[in-house]
Amino acid sequence: MAAEREELQSHEQRRGAVWLYLLPVAIFAVVALALAWGLSRDASVLPSALLDKPVPEFELPPIPGRDNHGFSRQDLGGRPMLVNVWASWCVPCRAEHPLVTRLAREGFPVHGINYKDRPEDARAWLAELGDPYTYIGSDRDGRVAIEWGVYGVPETFVVDARGVIVFKQVGQLTPRVIEEKILPLLRELERR
Amino acid sequence: MRMALLSFLLILLVAASAGAGVRPEEILDDPALEARARALGQQLRCLVCQNQSIDDSDAPLAADLRRIVREQLVAGKSEEEIKAYLVARYGDFILLKPPVKPATWGLWIGPFLLLGLGGVLAFVYLRRSRRGATTEDSELSEEERSRLAALLGEDAEGARMPTSSSSP
Repeated sequence: MAAEREELQSHEQRRGAVWLYLLPVAIFAVVALALAWGLSRDASVLPSALLDKPVPEFELPPIPGRDNHGFSRQDLGGRPMLVNVWASWCVPCRAEHPLVTRLAREGFPVHGINYKDRPEDARAWLAELGDPYTYIGSDRDGRVAIEWGVYGVPETFVVDARGVIVFKQVGQLTPRVIEEKILPLLRELERR
Repeated sequence: MRMALLSFLLILLVAASAGAGVRPEEILDDPALEARARALGQQLRCLVCQNQSIDDSDAPLAADLRRIVREQLVAGKSEEEIKAYLVARYGDFILLKPPVKPATWGLWIGPFLLLGLGGVLAFVYLRRSRRGATTEDSELSEEERSRLAALLGEDAEGARMPTSSSSP
């Protein structure tokens, strides 16, 4: 009787102990997962509030000496297009320029918003690196960029045929983003 | 005149205490509007520096946003309308104080839930440890009770023996 009871008691204790041993492991796993998620994402990149919304109303004058068209809301829609916000003083813009050119060569119209830039600097930059843009609007005081929710250059938007913003890249374009996200998205939008 | 001087001093005081990023040329002529602009600017996040308000930041975008806030205030817009305008473009992130809505309930209620959970655990723990000290340990099994009774019985008999033997 005594032995039986003792055995039962120690069994119960052991079960409680196992649970206690597992508790720190479980807590560790939860904390590790939370940290892995938190540390592997860049918290400074914000989701765009304008995703899946129509592009804002805007009208920009041209860069004097480039053309006389400028760039406005009316130029968007009809087919999928790209809008690239850039400036001659922006180093990552220079770095991503070949990729912007490549997107234009793939056959998708790329428009530019020239952010807080002097016309002569912008023209010199285009002359040096090439001008892949269909239309460029000159946003000298950065007001239109605020309408687009831009908080730094470069930023690149994909606008579908309805004129709705479907993708936004904050910061420099990379070959990987183009291969894995932008081009597949553009091709899919084109098929629709 | 004294009122004007007082409000001017007040503005200076506000300017000195907050809004290190606000530049003199941005300040509105109307002190009441400027005070509203400051109050609003303190609630808006600079998206470039991200942990400063637009009033505290020197970033060019913060200056642009301060200008928009002032233009809209001058145009007669309310604080709520200006916030809605900015949230539509930059999302809730532009508000330093997140709004209360289903997606942020965890943020707002979470700390109180955790505090409550901790309180419940502490209560249970304390009650259990107190009960353990008074009742649980003193609970005897059948066996122990009979053994105790036997021991006590022996003792009691042993103690009674001398008295019973000494009695006539």
